[in-house]
Amino acid sequence: MSKNPVTVNRTTRTRKARPEGGDFFKIGPTYLHLADGTRFAGVGPAWQNAAYSGEVVFNTGMTGYIESLTDPSYANQILVFTYPLIGNYGVPDEEEWESSRIHAAGVVVSEACAEWSHSKSRQSLLRWLQAEKVPIITGVDTRTLTKHLRAAGTMPGVITPQSSRVAPAELTIPRISVSGPITYNDHHRPVVILVDCGMKTNILRSLQRFPVKIKRVPHDYDYSGEPFDGVVLTNGPGDPTDYQATVKIAKKALKLSKPIFGICLGSQVMGLAAGAKTYKLQYGHRGHNQPCIADSQRCYITSQNHGYAIDEATLPHSWRVLFRNLNDSSVEGIEHTTRPFFSVQFHPEASPGPTDTGWLFERFIASL
Amino acid sequence: MKTPIKKVLILGSGGLRIGQAGEFDYSGSQAIKALKEAGLYTVLVNPNIATVQTDGNMADRVYFQPLNAETVTKIIKRERPDSVLLSFGGQTALNLGLELHDSGVFRKHKVRVLGTPVEAIKITEDRDLFKKSLAAIDVNTATSTAVYSVNEALKAAQKIGYPVMMRSGFSLGGLGSGRVANAAELRAKASQAFQAVSQILIEEYLGGWKEVEYEVVRDGAGNIITVCNMENLDPMGIHTGESIVVAPSQTLTNNEYHFLREISLKTITHLGIVGECNIQYALDPATGDYRVIEVNARLSRSSALASKATGYPLAFVATKLMLGMRLHEIKNSVTGSTPAFYEPALDYIAVKMPRWDLTKLKTSDRSIGSEMKSVGEVMALGRSFPEALQKAIRMLNIGAQGLPRHPYEFDDPLEEVAVATDRRLFAIYEALRLGSSVEEIHELSGIDHWFLYHIQSIWRLEQALSTTKLDAGQLRQAKQHGFSDSMLAALTGTTEEKLRQKRLKLGITPVIKQIDTLAGEFAAETNYLYTTYHGTEHDITALPRHPIIILGSGPYCIGSSVEFDWCAVNTASTLRQHRKPTIMINSNPETVSTDFDRSDRLYFEELTLERIRDIADFEQEGGIIVSVGGQIANNVALPLHQAGYHILGTSPESIDGAEDRQKFSSMLHRLGIDQPEWASVTSLEKAHAFAQRVGYPVLIRPSYVLSGGAMNVVTNPTDLDRYLQAATRLSPDHPVVISRFITNAKELEIDGVAADGKVVIYALSEHIENAGVHSGDATVVLPPQRLYLETVRRSKQIAREIVKNLEITGPFNIQFIAKDNDIKVIECNVRASRSFPFVSKVTNHNFIAIATEAMLGVVKPRAYQTLELDYVGVKSPQFSYNRLKGADPVAGVEMASTGEVACLGDNLLEAFYTSWLATEQSVAGKRLLLSVAAAHRPKILEEAQQLHAQGWQIFATVGTHRFLKRYGIPSKRLHKIRDKTEPSIATAVMKRKLDLMINIPLASEANSDAYTIRRLAIDNHIPLITNAEVANILLRCLAEIPPGSMQPRSWQEFVAKED
Repeated sequence: MSKNPVTVNRTTRTRKARPEGGDFFKIGPTYLHLADGTRFAGVGPAWQNAAYSGEVVFNTGMTGYIESLTDPSYANQILVFTYPLIGNYGVPDEEEWESSRIHAAGVVVSEACAEWSHSKSRQSLLRWLQAEKVPIITGVDTRTLTKHLRAAGTMPGVITPQSSRVAPAELTIPRISVSGPITYNDHHRPVVILVDCGMKTNILRSLQRFPVKIKRVPHDYDYSGEPFDGVVLTNGPGDPTDYQATVKIAKKALKLSKPIFGICLGSQVMGLAAGAKTYKLQYGHRGHNQPCIADSQRCYITSQNHGYAIDEATLPHSWRVLFRNLNDSSVEGIEHTTRPFFSVQFHPEASPGPTDTGWLFERFIASL
Repeated sequence: MKTPIKKVLILGSGGLRIGQAGEFDYSGSQAIKALKEAGLYTVLVNPNIATVQTDGNMADRVYFQPLNAETVTKIIKRERPDSVLLSFGGQTALNLGLELHDSGVFRKHKVRVLGTPVEAIKITEDRDLFKKSLAAIDVNTATSTAVYSVNEALKAAQKIGYPVMMRSGFSLGGLGSGRVANAAELRAKASQAFQAVSQILIEEYLGGWKEVEYEVVRDGAGNIITVCNMENLDPMGIHTGESIVVAPSQTLTNNEYHFLREISLKTITHLGIVGECNIQYALDPATGDYRVIEVNARLSRSSALASKATGYPLAFVATKLMLGMRLHEIKNSVTGSTPAFYEPALDYIAVKMPRWDLTKLKTSDRSIGSEMKSVGEVMALGRSFPEALQKAIRMLNIGAQGLPRHPYEFDDPLEEVAVATDRRLFAIYEALRLGSSVEEIHELSGIDHWFLYHIQSIWRLEQALSTTKLDAGQLRQAKQHGFSDSMLAALTGTTEEKLRQKRLKLGITPVIKQIDTLAGEFAAETNYLYTTYHGTEHDITALPRHPIIILGSGPYCIGSSVEFDWCAVNTASTLRQHRKPTIMINSNPETVSTDFDRSDRLYFEELTLERIRDIADFEQEGGIIVSVGGQIANNVALPLHQAGYHILGTSPESIDGAEDRQKFSSMLHRLGIDQPEWASVTSLEKAHAFAQRVGYPVLIRPSYVLSGGAMNVVTNPTDLDRYLQAATRLSPDHPVVISRFITNAKELEIDGVAADGKVVIYALSEHIENAGVHSGDATVVLPPQRLYLETVRRSKQIAREIVKNLEITGPFNIQFIAKDNDIKVIECNVRASRSFPFVSKVTNHNFIAIATEAMLGVVKPRAYQTLELDYVGVKSPQFSYNRLKGADPVAGVEMASTGEVACLGDNLLEAFYTSWLATEQSVAGKRLLLSVAAAHRPKILEEAQQLHAQGWQIFATVGTHRFLKRYGIPSKRLHKIRDKTEPSIATAVMKRKLDLMINIPLASEANSDAYTIRRLAIDNHIPLITNAEVANILLRCLAEIPPGSMQPRSWQEFVAKED
C-alpha cells in the first residue's frame, strides 16, 4: 500500500537538487552522552547550543528517514540510523510526511547528506532539522553505538556540544492526538472510528482508499456509545500501560463485538483491553526487514517500530497469536478466536518500509 | 514432491566469456554444497576445469564435456538423474535446459526440472510473452514490438519514433542490443541480428532513466523476499554489466524503493518463480514512472554481487528452495540463529565497478553502451560513497590510485562524459578539474546529481590538500574519502612509507567491521569483514595463533581469471586441513574465495600494499601467501618483504630474480641455459641495432606484465618504430625488452611445485600451436603426445636447475621453446600459473595443495606419475570475439581469450575435439572453406583429401584453390572481397553457406580483406580457425571421428585408472 509515486506531472518539475554548500551552517564538536556514561563523539550544527535529551533507539531501515522522523511514535526518542548515509534524497513537502512535524527528539547518523538530489524534494535534511529545531550529531560510529544499545538496551541520552558528562533530563512521553473528532469521506458508509494515539498519516491514507466514513477521534475519546461499524486503534509513542483511558474505552468496544483492528501501540492497547499484559523489549524492533509468520504459515516482511510487546503467557483463552516474529518468536499480532478483533504489532500501512501486509486493511474493511 | 529426489544433474556455464564469468562457479559451488548437505547424489557437466565446482570434493560425478544437447543427452542416458538444475550455469545452462525440455529429452528420461517451472522460464525469455504476462497484472514494460524481418523492424520503429532500442531475444550480456538513431542504422543492425536470431524487439528508448534492480527469492509456498536492491550510477543505456552499481540504492526515496519492491513481489509471484531471480527497472527520475526491463529467472552476475554485497548466500538458499524447503525453515548462515526469511539491512555501501580490457583486444573501440564488454568486476565496501568508490578504483588494478591519480589523458573529457567509454568516471573527474559544473556533467551523462556531488567532494578535498599542510583532521578526512597513502604522499610531496608512519603515529587507522546482514540488530558470529575509516571501534579482535593470509586474485581480466580463484580456494582448504587459521583477502565478487565459509576470515578488501599491511598489522599474521593469486599478489611480494612481513614460500628476492628479466637472464647465462636473444633498450636506435643484428621478426614487450600488454611481433623497421611508441607510452619508467621471435618452433610448459629448491611434482605439457601464440591463448596438451624423449628429459633438467638456483618453495611455471632438439627458456613464474587447475585435474594430483604443504614445510616426498597417463587432457581457449565488435579474432602474442575449457579423452584427437566443441563451437554440416597462406598449405593437404573423399564440399580462395587442384582435390573457388566478383567469400558467409572456415593468414599479415572475412565469420556465427596447427588437428578430427561416436565419460572414470 505504498503511496504510488507515479504522478506524471512534468510541469511541476523543479531543479533536481540543491547543493547546500558546506558552510550554510557552522559545525562544531558534538557529543552523545548515554545514561550509562558511554560517550560518542561527532559533529553537529552550531545552532545546537543546549542539551537535548531523549531515549536513544536505533532503526535499521535503509530508506525512510522522512517518514520515521515524522512518525509520532518516535516522540521523545533520539533516533539512530544504522544506515550510514542519510538525507540523500532531501526532504519533500509536508504531504509526503507521516505527520505535520518531526517528532523524534534528535538524530544520530554517520553521514548526513548536504548535497541531496531528488525531483520531489525541497530542502536538505540538515536545513529541515534546523527549521524544526531538532538536533543532529553526525560522524558517529553508529554501528558501535547500535551494538552497545543491543547489548545494554535502549536508554536515555543527550545530544550536546558539551564534552563532559551530561545526565539526560527526565522524559515525559507526550500524548499526541487530534484535539477533537475529524471526519473524512462523510458521505460514505460504513463508519470507522479511528482512535488517534499518535497516528501515522498513512494509516488514514490507507483507510481513505476504501468507501468508508472515517471519524478520527482523540485517544481518550469515548466512542463506545456512538453508532459505528468498526474501530482502528493506531500507533503512538510510549508505554501502552500509560494509555489507561484508551484501554478502558477499548474494553467497552470489545463488548460490542464490532470489528476492531489494532496497529502497533493499538495492538498493545487491544491486548491490554483483552486482559493480557505488555512488557518492554530490550532494544525493540525498529526497521523494515522484520520477518513475521502468520498462523497460516505464510511469512511476511514487515515494517516495525515498537519497544513494547504483548506477553503471550498472559493472553486470555479466547485469544490467539496471529503473527509471530521469526527472529525472536515474540508476539506480532493477536486475534480473537470467535469475534472480529485482530491486531498487528507491525505497520501494514508501511511508509516507511515494505508494503507486504497492506491486505490487512482489506481484511478489516471486509469484516465491517 | 511426487517421487523423492535422489540424483541431481547440474549444468554449468562452460568457459568464461564476456557476459558470463566466474559468478557461475560461485553459484554452482553453493548449489552443490546445498545438494550434498541434503544427502543427494550430484552429477555436474562443466568443461571449465579451472572451477572450484569441478573439484574432487564437490559433485559425485564431474563431466568435463561440452554443454550441448547431444553430449548432455548421452550423459543423462548413462547417469539416469531424476532431477536437473538449470539455474546455476548462466544463460548457457538455461538455453540448453530449454532445448532438452522442448526436444523431450527430460520427459523421455523422467528428469524433473527443479525450481522455477520451464513454462515460467520461457515467459521470461520471450519478450513478447513476457510483456503480455506482465500486462495481465497491470505492470508496465517498455513499449515494444516483436518483429521477424527487417521491414517489420522499420515499421515498428517508425511507429514508436527514433531513437529506439533494438534487442534480440535469448541474449547473453545484451548481445545484439543497442540504441538505434535512424532507419539506415536500424536496417544494418537488424539484418545482422537476424543472422543469429529469428526475432528481435524494437522498443521505446529509455536513455537517462535510472536503472534499478531487485534480487528476489521465493519459495514453493509463496513466501517471497527481496534480498537486495541495486542502483546503477550509469543511467539506462549502459548495460548493467558495464555500469558502476551501488547497493543499496542511494537516490530512491522510501516510496520509490518500496513501490518498485512491491511490483517485484507481485511480478515474481505472478510468474511463479521458485528459487532466485532478478528484476530490472527503468525509473524516470522526473516523474517516478517506471518500466520493468527484464526478469532473469536464474542466478546471475547480479545475484553473485548481491550475495557478496549483503552476505546472504543466494545460490545456497535458492537450491534449498528448489528442493522444496521453505524460506523460514532455512537458517541465516551469517547469524546462525535467525531464519533465511528476512531482508538484509546493510550498514555500509557496496560499489561495484566493471573491469575492462579493451586495449588488449586490438581494434575494438572504447565506447560502452547496451552491450557488455567488461571482463570482470570488483566490489568495494565502505561507509561513505567516496570511500567505497576510491577503494573500487584501486581494486581494478588499472594503474589508478583513485580519482585524482590515474593513467589516462583526455583531450576533451566532456566528450567521454557524454559518450561513455571505459574511463568515463575519470573523464568526469577531469571535467570537474577543468571547471565543469555538476549540472553540466549531469546534463551530458544523465548521472544523478547525488553521485556527481560526491565525486566533486573528492575534487574539493584534493584542492584543499594541495594548498595546506596535512594535519590530523585533514588526514582523517582524506582517508574517509578513500584517499590512499600513496596518493596522499604524492599530493603532499612525501613517500608512501613516511605518510603511513605519520598516519600511524596520529592513530589514524581503519576499523574492521563485520557484514552481519542485520545492521548490528542481532549478535552475529560472522567472519565476513571490511575496513572503513568511518568508525572508532573494531567489531572483532585479532585471530589467535597468528593466522596465514592468502592474497586472492582481484578482478578477472584477460590473463587472470577463475584459475587463480581455484588456487586461492584450494590453498585455504589445505591450510585448514593443516589446522592453520586462514585469512582471505580478495576484491572480486564473482569468486568462490569470497564465500565466507571458505576461510576463517574473509576480508573483502583491496589487494594493495597499504591495505594488506593494515590487515596484517591488526591480525599479527603468521605469514602471507602471495603465490596463488596471480600477478597482483605476486607484485606486492617484494614491497611486503621489504616492509618486514613474512612471505611464505619462495623468498621475494627470488621472485624478483625471476620477474626481473635482466637478473633472470644472467642466471640462465650462468647456468648455461639457452634463451632467445634479447636486449633491454631505452632508445629507438638501440632497438633498430638489435633487430638488425638478430634479424626480423622480433618481439617487443615492456617488463612486468602479465598477459603481454603492448606486446607485439614486428617484421620490419617501420613497424618497429610504430610499435615502440605504443609500448613506451604504456610504461614510460621501464625500458622496453626486445627479443628474437623464433618461428616454427614448439612451445612447452612445466607447472610444478618445489620445496627448498627441489622439484616435488611437475607436469609437462605441449602447445598445439607453434610458438608465437600467447600461452593463455594456446591449446595445451597433457601429457605431451608428440615430443622427443630428449626434449622431455632436457626440459626437466632445466627446470631442476632453475628451481634449485631460485631456491623455489611453492608453485612455479616455466615456459620453453623447442626447435628440433634445441630448447630455450622463455620465462619462469615463481607462482601458481593459469594451468595449475588443468594439470591438477588431468593428473589427479592437487598441485596447489602440494604447493601449500611445501610452503608450510610439511610436504612429504613421493613419486608422482604425470607423464604416462592412459588418457589425454586438452585445454582450449575460450574467446569472446562475438561480444567485441571489430576485434580481430587472430590469436597472437597478446593474450585475448577470456576463459578456457579442458576435456579428457582416450587419445589426442578425441580430447582435442571434445575440448574444441566445449568452447561452444560446432561444425553443423560438410561445407568447408580453406583460405590458407602458402607456407601453411601442406599442413592441411592430407586432411583435405580425406574430407573430400568423405563427401565434404570444399570452397577455397584462389591460391588455396590452385594448390588443391594441383593435388587433385576439387574445390569451388570463392573470390576475395577486393575482387568484387561473385561468388565471393563475403556472400557465402553472410548467406551462411559455410559450416567451417579455415583462414590462416601469415604471421605478419595486416590485410584488411582477411580481417573482414574473419570478422564476418564471427558475426555470422560460423566457426573460424586461424591457426595452421589447430586447423590440421581439427580437420583430422572431422575426418577420423565418426559423427556421434564419442561417448562422454566422467572425470572420476578417467582418473580411476590411475593410482
